[in-house]
Amino acid sequence: MTATAGYGQALDLITRVGGVRGAMLVSAEDGIVVAEQLMEGIKGTAVAALAASLSTRLRRAMEAAGVGASLFWHLQAEQGALLVVPTPNGILVVAVAEPDVNVGLVRLELLRAAEVVG
Amino acid sequence: MADEIKKLSSQLAQDPDSLVFLRLGELLRLKGQFDAAHRVAVTGLERHPHLADAHDLYARILADKHDYERAFDEWDMALRVAPTHVGALKGLAFLYFKIGDVEQAAAHLEAAQRAAPDDPGVAQALALARGGHAAPPAPLAPVEESPAPAAQPLDEARVFAGLEGAEEGLLLLDASGRVLGGALKNSQGQDVTDAVAAYLAGVSQEAARTTKLLGLGKWTGVAAEGRLGHVHLTAPTGDALLLVVRDRAVPMGRLAIIAQRAAGAARRWLEAHG
Repeated sequence: MTATAGYGQALDLITRVGGVRGAMLVSAEDGIVVAEQLMEGIKGTAVAALAASLSTRLRRAMEAAGVGASLFWHLQAEQGALLVVPTPNGILVVAVAEPDVNVGLVRLELLRAAEVVG
Repeated sequence: MADEIKKLSSQLAQDPDSLVFLRLGELLRLKGQFDAAHRVAVTGLERHPHLADAHDLYARILADKHDYERAFDEWDMALRVAPTHVGALKGLAFLYFKIGDVEQAAAHLEAAQRAAPDDPGVAQALALARGGHAAPPAPLAPVEESPAPAAQPLDEARVFAGLEGAEEGLLLLDASGRVLGGALKNSQGQDVTDAVAAYLAGVSQEAARTTKLLGLGKWTGVAAEGRLGHVHLTAPTGDALLLVVRDRAVPMGRLAIIAQRAAGAARRWLEAHG
């Protein structure tokens, strides 16, 4: 399986969950989109940059607090959420979701997708 | 006094659940044996966590050791257990005098007087407070008083007074990452407050930009799972940021509840402090 096919498979795992508006793979280091499956209207490049920046701040703060690097984080908002799983190879697996999404289910699929991405 | 200490120590050894630890701890405190008194009080509190007198004893020992932040928390806890506990009311009045809040000190002394109208110490301290004196006679500590502590640390501690983990797992920051209250310690007990605060500067604004860009409305929180613990971030007001840190034994949902309570305390504190 090519890397691109693997990325598509990983994103499929996430976007098939009800209430997920889109998914992305983002380079954690520079905030560049690696692959995406987003609903129309979502500005992927800008969201990727901000997700990477937030992820870096959180990772550093959590390591300084002694709780270790983040395995999953979830930005909650009034009308939806951004859910992120960082992978060991520097990719962020990102989902954008509706407010009533099953967060536990999305988390599971993000973790599965992270395994696919490697 | 030495004989009585020996006798009480023996009684406590025979019956560790006995309440004689209260008298023993007080005698050790009066003798200036603060470390021994501290051990007795902590052991007693472990066995009697809902006993207001135990929190009062521990607070007096902490005050004698000039650990005013924790003394405040212990007296505050005593009042939660027994709202008219005279010792705790007097103790808090003493601390309020220390930071120059005469109004609060007088209010606590008035409450103490209502609970114990015949206590001459309360009446004397209240008279001094109403007379506008800078400080009342130390109501508890027999040892020589050190200079009054700086007001800020005690004020900061009060942001989360009475909340679980107030001194090692709760942090309130302003938009620039300046610590407004609380503290963080890692699992080795090292203070990591400033390091964590520095990394979190600007997080509130970035979270707001992200949710705005996605059309998700106002951000309400960030929950993150770490290998050794969990964190929850929320914005109690405007650009202020509240961080709650707990180990992995605390489920994420529970962490959100703790954060909600702490955010309420932070909002009240921020409103009161402009």
